[in-house]
This record gives sequence, C-alpha cells and structure tokens, in this order.
Amino acid sequence: MIGLTHYLVVAAILFALGVLGIIANRKNLIVMLMAVELILLSVNLNLVAFSAFLHDMVGQVFAMFVLTVAAGEAAIGLAILVIYFRSRGTIAVDDVNRMKG
Amino acid sequence: MIQAIAFYLFAAVVLLSAALTITARNPVHAVLWLILAFFNAAGLMVLVGAEFIAMLLVIVYVGAVAVLFLFVVMMMDVDFAQLRAGFARYAVIGLAFAVALAAEIMIGVGAYSAGAIQLARRAAPVAENVPNIVALGSLLYTRYLFVFEGAGLVLLVAMIGAIVLTHRERAGTRPQNVTRQVMRRPGDATRNVKPAVGQGVEL
Repeated sequence: MIGLTHYLVVAAILFALGVLGIIANRKNLIVMLMAVELILLSVNLNLVAFSAFLHDMVGQVFAMFVLTVAAGEAAIGLAILVIYFRSRGTIAVDDVNRMKG
Repeated sequence: MIQAIAFYLFAAVVLLSAALTITARNPVHAVLWLILAFFNAAGLMVLVGAEFIAMLLVIVYVGAVAVLFLFVVMMMDVDFAQLRAGFARYAVIGLAFAVALAAEIMIGVGAYSAGAIQLARRAAPVAENVPNIVALGSLLYTRYLFVFEGAGLVLLVAMIGAIVLTHRERAGTRPQNVTRQVMRRPGDATRNVKPAVGQGVEL
C-alpha cells in the first residue's frame, strides 16, 4: 500500500534534482528558474501528502500560497531575464557582476 | 492495487521528466519536460484526494507559468550551446550535492516515521463527507482570509513589477497624451478672423 513515506521519498528526489539543476546549469538562467520551479513543486508535493495522510486541510491551503509565490517569482524572474538580455545580449549568469561595488 | 500502479507510474514519470528538464540541450524541450512533470505531479495529488490543488497546478503552472517560460525562451535569440559549456564539470559537483541532500532528507523521513504525532492537535481536521474544494474554500475564506488577501497582493505587486521592469519607451512612436487632450479648450483650437473682402484667410 502506498503510504506517506512513498510520497516523501519522491518529493525528496525531486528536490535533489532541482538542486542539481541549479548547480549543473550555472550559466543558463532559464533552466535555473525551471529548476527552482521543480523545487517548489516538490515542496508542494510534501505539503499535500502530509495534508492528505494526516487529514489536515491546512497543508493544502499552504500549498496554494506556495503556488502563488511561485507564479510571482517566475514572472519577476523572467522579467529580470528579459531586461538583462536586452542590455547585454546574453543570459550567461557567470558575468552578472555589473552591480559589483 | 490500481492505486499503487498509478502511483509508481506518476512518480516515475515525474522524476524522469524532471531529470530531462535539467539536462535537455534545447530549452524549449526543457519547458515541455517541465510541463510533463507538472501534469504527473497533479496526478500524484489527485491520488491522495487533493483535487483542487491538482487542478490549480494544471491551470496555473501548465497554463500560465510554463507558457510564460515558453514565450521568453522563444523571444530571445540566445546561443544555448555556448551556455552549456562546463555542464559536465558542474554536474559532477552538483550530483555529489544532490545525492548528499537526498540522503539527508531520507534520513529525516526515516526519523519522522519512527516518532508519534499528536493527531488531536491538528489545525483543521478534514470533516467527513465534505468535498475537497468545499473544505478548502471554507477554510480559505474564513480563517485564512487575510493571508489569502496577502497572496492577492503578492500577485498584484508581481504583475506591476513585471510590467514596470520590461516596459520601455520607444523612440518615434506617438502615444496618446490624455492629459493634454482633456486640458484642451475650444479657445486654444479656434480663432475668429474677419478678412477683408477679396482676400482669403491665411492659415
């Protein structure tokens, strides 16, 4: 039978894959943002699994708030990406050092 | 039985498409794999009875966020092959980090399973025979009303921020100046002239 642990393990592997995506794609800002979305998805999966298996509704409420923040973060991140690309002609984040003092 | 098969199917496809998202050469393919991962995560959530969050995931993530990613990827003319330089080198370090992290979380999960939890102290126990969306809505519009309003405010700020960041004035366009139009009076636009007979009006 599928229990809470199964869900937690899937979410843990998904989280680790997201972290791997951030580290491995150090130059590609778009894929990094996608990896952040994967991490937030794994957090949502955890919240929903706990909510379902403990019969507590609050987890799903908070999953919705995480979803809201993820949508806002994606919009702002892509906007920053677009203006960075417009001014530099590349999205390589290795040389994002213009604001260095 | 069928639930177990569905769980393993959804879980396998989620993890596979997540792995392909972060390793795809083409960012458009990465977005498409991300969409597949979201769909299957929604399937996992349906399996435990969280229908509303699953539908929200499909509508918000697949319908809005993934399409936004797709638009941005297609709008920018970037040499993605050059961006992948150093992928293998970083991937080794990242794999070490990721394996350590996953192992740590799994140890945590094991520790959790060993302990007992006080079910009587739950914040909002699920009532019997109430549909998921009814329970969620009655909680969201009563106890978490102000947090809900705050979430709306976050979205508003994100929307205004994205517009302010990406908006630019283009040279050569002639946008409508509403203030000037409203401020204009008939006296500014017309004049009375009394030309002599035989002479025209000079414009």
